[in-house]
Amino acid sequence: MVFSRYRKLAEEGVLGLNRRNGDYILRFNPRRLYPLVDDKLRTKRLALQAGIAVPELYGVIETQHDIRRLPEIVGSRQEFVLKPAHGSAGDGIVVIAGRSGARYRAINGELFDREELEYHLSNAISGQFSLGGVPDVVIVEALVHFSSLFEQVSFQGVPDIRVIVFRGIPIMAMVRLPTRASRGKANLHQGAVGVGIDIATGVTLDGVIGSDVVTHHPDTAHAIAGLEIPDWRTILDISARCYDITGLGYIGVDIVLDKHRGPLVLELNARPGLAIQIANRQGLLRRLRICEARADFAAPPEERIAFAQREFRHPVGAVFEPQELAAG
Amino acid sequence: MRNRHIFILAAVLTVISVSLVAYKVRVLDFPLLPHEQREVWNIEAAISFEPGPAAVKATLKIPTLTPGFSVLDEYFISRGFGVSTRVTPAGREAEWAVRQASGPQTVYYRAVVYKDPQRIVEDTTPPFPPRPQLDEPSRIAMEGLIAEARRQSADVASFTVQLLRRINQGENDPYVSVFLDRRATPSERAELATMFLAGAQIPARVAHGIALRDRSGTVQPDVLLEVHDGVQWLYFDPVTTQQGMPPDFLIWWRGDEGIANLEGGSGLQVTLAVQPNLFDAMMIAERRAKRVGSRTADFSLSTLPIATQTVYAVLLMVPVGALVIVLLRNFVGVKTFGTFMPVLVALAFRETRLLWGLVLFAVIVSLGLLIRFYLEKLRLLLVPRLTCVLTVVVLLMAAISVISQKLDLQPALSIALFPMVIIAMTIERMSIVWEERGASEAIQEGVGSLLVAALAYLVMGMGWLEHLVFVFPELLLVVIAATLLMGRYTGYRLLELRRFRAIAREQRA
Repeated sequence: MVFSRYRKLAEEGVLGLNRRNGDYILRFNPRRLYPLVDDKLRTKRLALQAGIAVPELYGVIETQHDIRRLPEIVGSRQEFVLKPAHGSAGDGIVVIAGRSGARYRAINGELFDREELEYHLSNAISGQFSLGGVPDVVIVEALVHFSSLFEQVSFQGVPDIRVIVFRGIPIMAMVRLPTRASRGKANLHQGAVGVGIDIATGVTLDGVIGSDVVTHHPDTAHAIAGLEIPDWRTILDISARCYDITGLGYIGVDIVLDKHRGPLVLELNARPGLAIQIANRQGLLRRLRICEARADFAAPPEERIAFAQREFRHPVGAVFEPQELAAG
Repeated sequence: MRNRHIFILAAVLTVISVSLVAYKVRVLDFPLLPHEQREVWNIEAAISFEPGPAAVKATLKIPTLTPGFSVLDEYFISRGFGVSTRVTPAGREAEWAVRQASGPQTVYYRAVVYKDPQRIVEDTTPPFPPRPQLDEPSRIAMEGLIAEARRQSADVASFTVQLLRRINQGENDPYVSVFLDRRATPSERAELATMFLAGAQIPARVAHGIALRDRSGTVQPDVLLEVHDGVQWLYFDPVTTQQGMPPDFLIWWRGDEGIANLEGGSGLQVTLAVQPNLFDAMMIAERRAKRVGSRTADFSLSTLPIATQTVYAVLLMVPVGALVIVLLRNFVGVKTFGTFMPVLVALAFRETRLLWGLVLFAVIVSLGLLIRFYLEKLRLLLVPRLTCVLTVVVLLMAAISVISQKLDLQPALSIALFPMVIIAMTIERMSIVWEERGASEAIQEGVGSLLVAALAYLVMGMGWLEHLVFVFPELLLVVIAATLLMGRYTGYRLLELRRFRAIAREQRA
């Protein structure tokens, strides 16, 4: 039973954590480049330099002393996002969607008075949310108004699109839809819905919660599959170029769709999770092998995207067609 | 090609480790199991005599070259005598001397001997013996005997057997009867044989020894004829003419003299006694290593002070515990708080025992979590908050110890060895996971950590494993080799088979 399951996963080209770490992250992500993506502030600045759109930066809170400057940074804006620069897996992010009196209203309706928000910021700066507990800074940035497309298939929060990019080639993508269970966060292990996307067309497939397949959003009851993601070409283009600005060979690019500004890069991840495979019900390893066998990694972004759209039309079959094997 | 490098490295490490272990087991006889014991014998020679009016000097021949046996310890016991030992061509001697003594005296020589199969070829090849000086009729008889025995034999061994047979028939043999009277002792017969062998230019000597039996009691020395065939010493029983060393036979002294010698006294009496015993195999192995001149014993952990040894007995098991963690994390996929936290908790379990350890750990962490949730409300900065949790953990531990003392619960007293900093960090991490990812994930990871700790404890608590790693620390090279190989395992983890089941199912449909 164990062995047959093992063989089945291997046949499907599913990427396991051990292989992701040993064969891809250790090989293609040099440690010295990690700070580029582990620090969201640096990522933001890199992206801006390269002309890649990101949520507007309002300010940075760098010290405990700076915390008092929050009202000054925010000004009269009703909406903003507080994000620890070194936070992982969405930990420590607070999305403020409005104010009521002196208090800030988070997107899930929770109310923070000023003191509570300052305590949160202080924890974040002390490193509560950063890997290894190192002192951190907090980014204050614009709240994304997500594209109306997703309104029917998300509960509060901002749905985001995750694209896995292997040496400049977008190989797999999904959209993460917040649910009531995930408390408005687009985080799969907190209960958000992961929905696979056909790389070739940008059309959504069925979704999963945890390891279970779902066809409708649990809170809005709206069908998930068949949605066409707008600006899909741009999303692929942004993702592919994120490789060029960081040099990291195996990354996850997190993108949100803003109603007015289009696709914006939220953050990059040098250790992207494997749940995207469940969302697509396809193995990453198969696609990685296809790239390694046939892709021209040195090509300009447009050609790399063309390669991806050609090769990764859903569903992607085995690496080599039988006749190819016979010929080779 | 990177993998081949690792395979070669792992293979080299394993070979080094296994050959070191094999050397220590096969050559030095290090015990593979804990508390292994080897058979040893306490041998004793009691020399009693009546001292004369002046200075008394008693000499005893003591075991020197003992094929098949080694001496572990020797003691010289007497009252008021000066003791010295010296080496003579025939072997070692102990000498007890006193200027004045009155009344019957007894001095003792005691030794502990153990079987040592390696101890066989330590003797040098002897020179050819001088021809015995004999009068004419004896010389003719001897040459006649040698000529006849030579005709009926093929080599040194069969020649010796022929000689012994004729000596045993003594009075009936025309040649031998010249030398021997009817009442000759085995010792005298063996001496006669050495003379004939010298006549035939074959080195030979008489050895006296005792049979080491498996029950205590006095023993009579037996005689053995040692004959050198040009390559090695051969042993013959002069009475039965049987060749070979009798089983469990310890050669005590050599030559045609008695075992003891007395000057300035009378009534010399020597009693030999044997007592079988058991002795720690480890001590014997170390003694042997020292005698063989092997460096392994010099660098053995048992040369350290006892207190340090106990520390290392535990420390050397830490890599083994870590290996368990590697297995559970990379092959099974269990999530734990902190990489090596479970090993440290498992170390603490050694003092509290497993069940109590689990209970205490769960109690402290849950209470700590409650406090931590309360502190959350007070909005403390990170480091002060951690310090506060740590202090609470220490207080909790002290409280549990005091309460258990009142209740007469022994195990909870040893709680002090719990790694409190680790526990404080665990509480902090757990509360964050609780906040951010929900209680179920936090509890899952907590239980996972405890499970791993319990497994690591069970493995680290295996007595024979601890003994093996302590006696053969080179086995840790195998641990390194294993981690090298496991570090390149890129297959699925057991729990991933479950996690990705949706993809496997897709295919079936």
